[in-house]
Amino acid sequence: MKPVTRIESRTVVLPTRDIDTDQIIAARFLTTTSKDGLGKSAFYDLRYGKDGAPKEDFPLNRPEAEGCNILVAGNNFGCGSSREHAPWALLDYGFEAVISTEIADIFRNNSLKNGLVAIVIDTDTHDWLLDNPGASLVIDVESTMLTLPDGRTVPFHLDGFARYCLVEGVDQLGFLQKQQDAISAFEENRPWQP
Amino acid sequence: MSKPTTLFEKVWADHVVVEETTDTPAVLYIDLHIIHEVTTPQAFSLLRDSKLRVRRPDLTLATLDHSTPTTPVSTFRDLLVAGEGAANQVRQMEQNCAEFGIDLLGYGSGKRGIVHVIGPELGATQPGKTIVCGDSHTSTHGAFGALAFGIGTTEVGHVLATQCLLQRKPKTLAINVDGALPTGVSAKDIILAVIGEIGVDGGTGHVIEYRGDAIRSLGMEARMTICNMSIEGGARAGMIAPDETTFAYLQGRERAPRADAWDTAVARWRALRTDEGAAFDKSVSIDAANLTPMITFGTNPGMVVGIDEPVPESADASFRKALDYMQVESGKPMTENAVDVVFVGSCTNGRLSDIQEAADVLKGRKVADGVRMLVVPGSELVKAEAESHGLDKVITAAGAEWREAGCSMCIGMNGDIAQPGQLSVSTSNRNFEGRQGVGARTVLASPATAAASAVAGHVADPRKYA
Repeated sequence: MKPVTRIESRTVVLPTRDIDTDQIIAARFLTTTSKDGLGKSAFYDLRYGKDGAPKEDFPLNRPEAEGCNILVAGNNFGCGSSREHAPWALLDYGFEAVISTEIADIFRNNSLKNGLVAIVIDTDTHDWLLDNPGASLVIDVESTMLTLPDGRTVPFHLDGFARYCLVEGVDQLGFLQKQQDAISAFEENRPWQP
Repeated sequence: MSKPTTLFEKVWADHVVVEETTDTPAVLYIDLHIIHEVTTPQAFSLLRDSKLRVRRPDLTLATLDHSTPTTPVSTFRDLLVAGEGAANQVRQMEQNCAEFGIDLLGYGSGKRGIVHVIGPELGATQPGKTIVCGDSHTSTHGAFGALAFGIGTTEVGHVLATQCLLQRKPKTLAINVDGALPTGVSAKDIILAVIGEIGVDGGTGHVIEYRGDAIRSLGMEARMTICNMSIEGGARAGMIAPDETTFAYLQGRERAPRADAWDTAVARWRALRTDEGAAFDKSVSIDAANLTPMITFGTNPGMVVGIDEPVPESADASFRKALDYMQVESGKPMTENAVDVVFVGSCTNGRLSDIQEAADVLKGRKVADGVRMLVVPGSELVKAEAESHGLDKVITAAGAEWREAGCSMCIGMNGDIAQPGQLSVSTSNRNFEGRQGVGARTVLASPATAAASAVAGHVADPRKYA
């Protein structure tokens, strides 16, 4: 995995609470055997109307959203399905980070394993970000600090191991494979066999 | 004396290969890995590219469920009903399993079905196991006192290659459900009420243990319905301590232990319970005696009311957006809404007792004009069993469709969808926008409520159709 240490971008804001993984990528786009090219399907039914024309009022479709690589979302982003297609789609769309007050467990795990920086911040900062779309932010993954446009810094939550893997570009499968001896010993010594 | 521990902590401790530290998560051993065609292709590609093998094909249970048509399949051409992408996924899964030495319960096996239906019915799901699958409803298997949770495709690759996962130990949430469940109220109503109480994020970061005499009184299929929807409350896993009901369900099943091994296993399983005095991080109590049939009105499973209650009011923007999508009004009961489609099935409610519950309502009645009702068994074995009880005849005589096993309209990947604007009363687990088709409006309910609604032509109280 490519190391991710610092993200600097303006934000695009989706203030709705509980945006589920079906919204991020609908099931009809999951009949693929690859990870590539899913960005065009991200938030499809929110981005496009029945006639296939872009919905102009949807935040991602607005001209000022161009080049915004940080998504600020309402509480409990990514709830629902375990589909890893959700972070694959967001990454392919161009997002590098997602910020909310709460991010669903499986989605957060999947995101961090793919280098999509999914982070949780305090309610006051979140409220400010929801009210100020387009804000220029700096996310410092190494120090787990978020810098706001006025230079103020606020800490964000990120599991220490996830941070280490992001910053060093560590492949977690490689990390697990180094435990092969311990795994073999566990298999041999456990009191019952599955 | 050692510190009292919860059921979850016992199963967790039994599977720690390497303890977690502040810097690193635990390495957790996985006893059963269930795989299906949608969330595995990219994981198999990784193994192939990295020249890795599957460490324990014997602990890997593979089937086809999400992308499969619910019309009969005997040739590749029949798969195309679900679309070319879906058909290719099925073919890819067959090739991947053959290449990596995994036994696939696919077409012709007679045992194909939804991942969370076949694990238990084959007896592969057992108390005290760790069970994972690239599907968030893996929490279902917790009904047996297993620690079971959904994972992403990267983690599917980790388990295929190492039979282990890197995991942080979650917190614990006790949900106590006591009191006698009133007539006409089922497990689905209990779990919808629980999610209404804790909210769709109430369980985030936690493993739930469902406790109390109302849970104890439930059969295994009902317990599976409860644990299945743990993820809809944000919890990756939900567990119920195994008891005589659990052992009676498992005994004699194909992959359950036999003879002396059975007795040894049951003795071990009996110890899988939360000790007196063990602490949970959070706890919530629900009185089962006060429950009524539940129905969702919004676009997540936490937006739920009793069938005879009005849809609540709120000025919150997300709430208003959900009501606009659903075309329902605050202050009015859901029973005023006309129904277009009814779906009975899924890993939540696609087992024999669920189909029986729907058939009991349908018997001697007709599905209302203009309503399409699909009944989709959770597995090929459920289908055969339901047919041996004549339930297919009851269902088709009422004018409903009796289809082949699979996930079907729960996820709408296989062509089984509702049309834009249609209202679907569904026994599945998610009423998210577009879940059952673009613009489709999903209302979650029990099999009895779904069947009653099909007969009435509008959302209906099943107690009036007993």
